[in-house]
Amino acid sequence: MIKYVSKKFLSMFVSLFVLASATFFLMKIIPGDPFIREKAIPEKIREHLFAMYGLDQPMWKQYLMYLNNLLHGDLGMSMKQQYMSVTRIIKESFIYSAQIGLFAVIVSLAAGLILGIIAALNHRKWLDSVTIIIAVLGVSIPNFLAASILQYVFGSKLRWLSVSGLNDPTDFILPVLALSFLPAAFIARLTRSTMLEVLSADYIKTARSKGLSGRIILVRHALRNAILPVVTYIGPMTANIITGSVVVEQIFGIGGIGKYFVQSITNRDYTLIMGLTLFYGIILMAARFVTDVAYGFVDPRIKMTRGGGKG
Amino acid sequence: MRTRKSALSFVAALLILAMVAVGCTPKPESGNSGSTNNGTTNGETSGESTAGKVFRMNIHSEPSTLDPALMEDNVSGTLATGIYEGLTRKNENGESIPATAESWVKSDDGLTYTFTIRKDAKWSNGDPVTANDFEFSWKRALDPATGSTYAYQFYYIVGAQDYNEGKTTNADAVGIKALDAQTLEVKLNSPTPYFLSLTSFYVYNPVHSSVKDNEAWAADAASIIGNGPFKMSEWQHNTSIKLAKNDNYYDKDQVKFTGVDFTMISDSATELANYETDKLDYTGKPTGEIPSEQIPVLRESKKDEFVTKGIASSYYYQFNTEEVPFNNVKVRKALAMAIDREAIVESVTMAGEVPSFGFVPPGIIGLKEDYRNEVKDDFFTENVDEAKTLLAEGLAELKLSKFPKVTLTFNTSDGHKKIAEAIVEMWRQNLGIEVGIENQEFAVLLKNRTAMNYQISRAGWGADYNDPMTYMDMFVTNGGQNNTGFASPEYDALIKKANTSGDQAERIAAMTEAEKILMDYMPIMPIYYYSNTYMLKPGFKNIFLDYKGDIDYTRGYYQAN
Repeated sequence: MIKYVSKKFLSMFVSLFVLASATFFLMKIIPGDPFIREKAIPEKIREHLFAMYGLDQPMWKQYLMYLNNLLHGDLGMSMKQQYMSVTRIIKESFIYSAQIGLFAVIVSLAAGLILGIIAALNHRKWLDSVTIIIAVLGVSIPNFLAASILQYVFGSKLRWLSVSGLNDPTDFILPVLALSFLPAAFIARLTRSTMLEVLSADYIKTARSKGLSGRIILVRHALRNAILPVVTYIGPMTANIITGSVVVEQIFGIGGIGKYFVQSITNRDYTLIMGLTLFYGIILMAARFVTDVAYGFVDPRIKMTRGGGKG
Repeated sequence: MRTRKSALSFVAALLILAMVAVGCTPKPESGNSGSTNNGTTNGETSGESTAGKVFRMNIHSEPSTLDPALMEDNVSGTLATGIYEGLTRKNENGESIPATAESWVKSDDGLTYTFTIRKDAKWSNGDPVTANDFEFSWKRALDPATGSTYAYQFYYIVGAQDYNEGKTTNADAVGIKALDAQTLEVKLNSPTPYFLSLTSFYVYNPVHSSVKDNEAWAADAASIIGNGPFKMSEWQHNTSIKLAKNDNYYDKDQVKFTGVDFTMISDSATELANYETDKLDYTGKPTGEIPSEQIPVLRESKKDEFVTKGIASSYYYQFNTEEVPFNNVKVRKALAMAIDREAIVESVTMAGEVPSFGFVPPGIIGLKEDYRNEVKDDFFTENVDEAKTLLAEGLAELKLSKFPKVTLTFNTSDGHKKIAEAIVEMWRQNLGIEVGIENQEFAVLLKNRTAMNYQISRAGWGADYNDPMTYMDMFVTNGGQNNTGFASPEYDALIKKANTSGDQAERIAAMTEAEKILMDYMPIMPIYYYSNTYMLKPGFKNIFLDYKGDIDYTRGYYQAN
């Protein structure tokens, strides 16, 4: 286990280094800089600003400086938001994204699993068809549309909920629902298909013939096996959802981290671009790591001691 | 049996969700936390006990700073209007009126301004605002270490440019001097009749002297000390800002709102939905936006709330006059004359813009009244037949058998795209030429424009101060904004004359002449003068946009009809 974990960590570290380096140079290749304006800044002032942010140094020097700061845990100051450190921007905006994101993960897991199981148990019956329709709709309706419809119906027309903001606990409902549609539908389909496969497997038939009750078969044998692909999906899904959705955050006016992914590039806010990329990388890797560990619990056949991961 | 159970639990789950959704909502939004007594009551009941005390508007996104020296966008500027106050402020007609300075004297040669700071001017913490504060603040903005991008707005002052560019480190050489606590003396390089107009611009706002001890003072509500009608009470980064009335403000009796709430909603449909559900009192420009497709509908359905106001900004295309075929003036003119501006503002932009045939927009003060009224923008006309002739002549002069392939570039935006498509179609129909269109991300477009790596490019310009010079000095030879290749010694001489003369009549005459040269040479093709559209809830009074479209809410009030 320790060997496995340390090996994982080493590879994560290497991946992060590659990610940081690649992003650094790619970002510098994009034309423009943080101090380009429609109202051009006089040359002298520009030169001075470049010097202030170390942008006047040769590229390799900037790169080494950046890596050095990174090793000291310093992501630098934003070049656009004055006096705001990248760490602070990430911290303050991630709180919102993580909150609605985690709720959305829970909702989509619950809804997806329930729908999937119902569909599988009612294979080819009307309940199955209904859930399939719901799932197909969920997958095919883009989240900006879902968000807009929810906002229009419950916010503007019925006025049950605020159209935007996160001032009240109930304000979470609409953005969480909007974020959950797609993953819930995806999980439902995944669960349904693997459940169907599992339910027709020999060992289920064996269990049934042994006279085990339906519920025990469902929970202990069928679901446990059927959930494996879902577990694989949960990791990246969680990473994706909690790092914010540009669209959903924009529509519901939530000050989350999502919009910075686009904004930082538009602003050529170099330090923020780097910070966000690394942050996203870390979250994603952490999620995968947790997924790998979770495998071990769900499926005892997968052993981590041999350092392989997937058995 | 098994299936029924699952089905039941599914229905139960749905029910729980629905109950969560419905159960907690119908109460009035008491949870709408905030230090100010915010909040209209829910929806339809109009028993507005607290409504109208707090003014609520949207600023779209996080201000990049609340340090006046570093401000450069209208989101920051909108907040600065509440938190800070310069020597002067603008009235609805764009005239400078006394603010922190109660009076001023201009020397006969127009080179020295002496401002008298009012005795009762105070910071939000109770400290008096003095002439020393202004000297400190302006020199701080000029200090290269501050990194102010707008520092050049001070270059009219003696020694300012040298100090800002690091040619001297002696701040005493800059012509800004507090003679005593109430008297500020400013020496200018040349008579600059619009200098007074600059003193209300946000970079000219004062900051409290304590900021030198706290580098990150402007990043949090608690450490921001202002001298304006309002003060910071809450700043949730990326989400909202709340201002509360500043009881130390000298003119507090005229300030009726107890607070101003700003939301940072970047989606225009969401902003409108908030306005329609009474969560906002104001929607639209300058810091928000009404969805363009809604404008024609709302203009009719919300007649009493909908306002269109022309602002001092120009929308135009610029040509690269160093490259074929736009190195020929006839070709440039042909393109400018072959489009239908009325059709563009009527059916494409639809927000009350005004077709433009000159460069300086309405709203800018000329000799006595609006420059654009004194000097009509009839520098050219739309005339397809003449355009065709000019194009043929121009191509012949260039020895071209047909119009070469060129591309029109614009910064990525739905609005710019629609305009570009309409104009290219007009050129195709009227002149029979094919012009490609290409959107570029803004920074890329700017980079390409500066490098003269374009053929036709979309551009826009808003006024910095209330004088035609804010437009006219852009196109001097090798000027930082002049990336068209336009170079006219005659034009340069006229701008220089206007810049050194203290006589307004002489200045306006020189700039009129210069605008004529610019339009004759046509490195730029005017399209329209911008306008701002916004909606304001009935009952709110004295909230207005100034000549350049900045909002002033400081003296607003609410009076139920």
